[in-house]
Amino acid sequence: MRQLAAALAKDALLQWRGRVQAAAIFVFGATALLLFSFAIGPSAEALRTYAGGFLWLALLLSSTLTLAESFQSEMDERALEGLLLLPASPRALFYAKAVANAAQLVLLGIGLLPVMIVLYDAGTLRIPGLVGVIALGAAGLSAPGTLYAAMTSQARAKQTLLPLLLFPLVVPVLLAAVKATSLLIQGDPMGQLGSWTLLLVSFDLVHWSLCGLLFGRVVED
Amino acid sequence: MEPQLAVEADALCRRYGRRWALVDVSLRLARGAALLVAGRNGSGKSTLLRVLATAIRADRGSGRILGHDLRSHTTQVRACTALLSHASYLYDALTALENLRIAARFLERDARDAALMPLLELVGLADRAHDAPVTFSAGMRKRLALARVLLKDASVVLLDEPYGQLDPPGFRLVDGVVRTLRARGATVLIASHQLARAGALCERGLVLEQGRLTWQGPANDLARSSGLEAAGLEEGA
Repeated sequence: MRQLAAALAKDALLQWRGRVQAAAIFVFGATALLLFSFAIGPSAEALRTYAGGFLWLALLLSSTLTLAESFQSEMDERALEGLLLLPASPRALFYAKAVANAAQLVLLGIGLLPVMIVLYDAGTLRIPGLVGVIALGAAGLSAPGTLYAAMTSQARAKQTLLPLLLFPLVVPVLLAAVKATSLLIQGDPMGQLGSWTLLLVSFDLVHWSLCGLLFGRVVED
Repeated sequence: MEPQLAVEADALCRRYGRRWALVDVSLRLARGAALLVAGRNGSGKSTLLRVLATAIRADRGSGRILGHDLRSHTTQVRACTALLSHASYLYDALTALENLRIAARFLERDARDAALMPLLELVGLADRAHDAPVTFSAGMRKRLALARVLLKDASVVLLDEPYGQLDPPGFRLVDGVVRTLRARGATVLIASHQLARAGALCERGLVLEQGRLTWQGPANDLARSSGLEAAGLEEGA
């Protein structure tokens, strides 16, 4: 637990120092939402129907930037190797990094919510529910994203490799998050929200358990 | 009973792609001893130190640090070794003090400023404690990396080119650090081209050439007997 606390403190500090980059990624996500809205056209009904999908698409695209960036500082001066040789527990390093990445994605998602509501005419009173779904979806993206970001951090084509590896793996998370978000925006007359949320929680549990186990193998020589 | 040998290596081999960087290197080093590892650029010095520190794995052969197997007891080996590497292991976005604090927290040491400032004073960086390493010169980064090594208080210390990028006061700092480490019983391995300087701090020496161990003997005899002096690899040559 002390190792996890030390790793969390380190990642929180690194993210705080990189807050300018986070602001730039928010602008990227907001711009993506704006461009997607142009693709739909002026139909308010269509915009509202696809709002959830485009919110998650913007978050997914933004996540590849935040995830890749989160390992840059670990690789620049082989800082990650330095921690492993202390010795720091690879599992503590993974969970701290995944939590930090998830927190950054949640903040990004919360920041993009008003943008989505305005651009897509997707006003709703179920904001706490939306924040909950964003948190679960962000967790589902961050665990495999952190693992693959570590895996591709030393590759030459990491900007291409990370989405290529990550996107197929997070399809179930994305599907469940989009459905849950859409149900919260458009209403849930059939009571399906619970099932999608449960699916989201299940994938989160699987991803966080498996990725935590695999991380040691990925970062060791 | 505690093992008498601090470092044991049996036919260690390591390759990068198709090229063998280390071929059948065997060595024994007693507790508290100091060994100078010499050789040309690319001779395998850094690879040997990185294998012994478990930063990379040996492809063949075996090794033990204080009786702990390099392959099966990685955590124990890491707990008793400290490596000064070519990479500084520092976060450029954080200050010098924050970098030390992070390491101290993982080592479960006192991470307060009062405990860390003496280390920065020792390496001559007390007045730059709140500056990020990205603003440091290469020599200052080396000094901070050295402070990080000293923070660990390890039994086996592996110093890869400790004099690299340093100014003359930095050379004397490294000499003093090695003497202090030895005085408290630590085993020290120094990979360096400063044969006379580092040789004066060590009693044993070895020479690597294309990954193979070509000479072993007294450190003060290394430059002359190993042929490195004749090859123009002695400092100042």
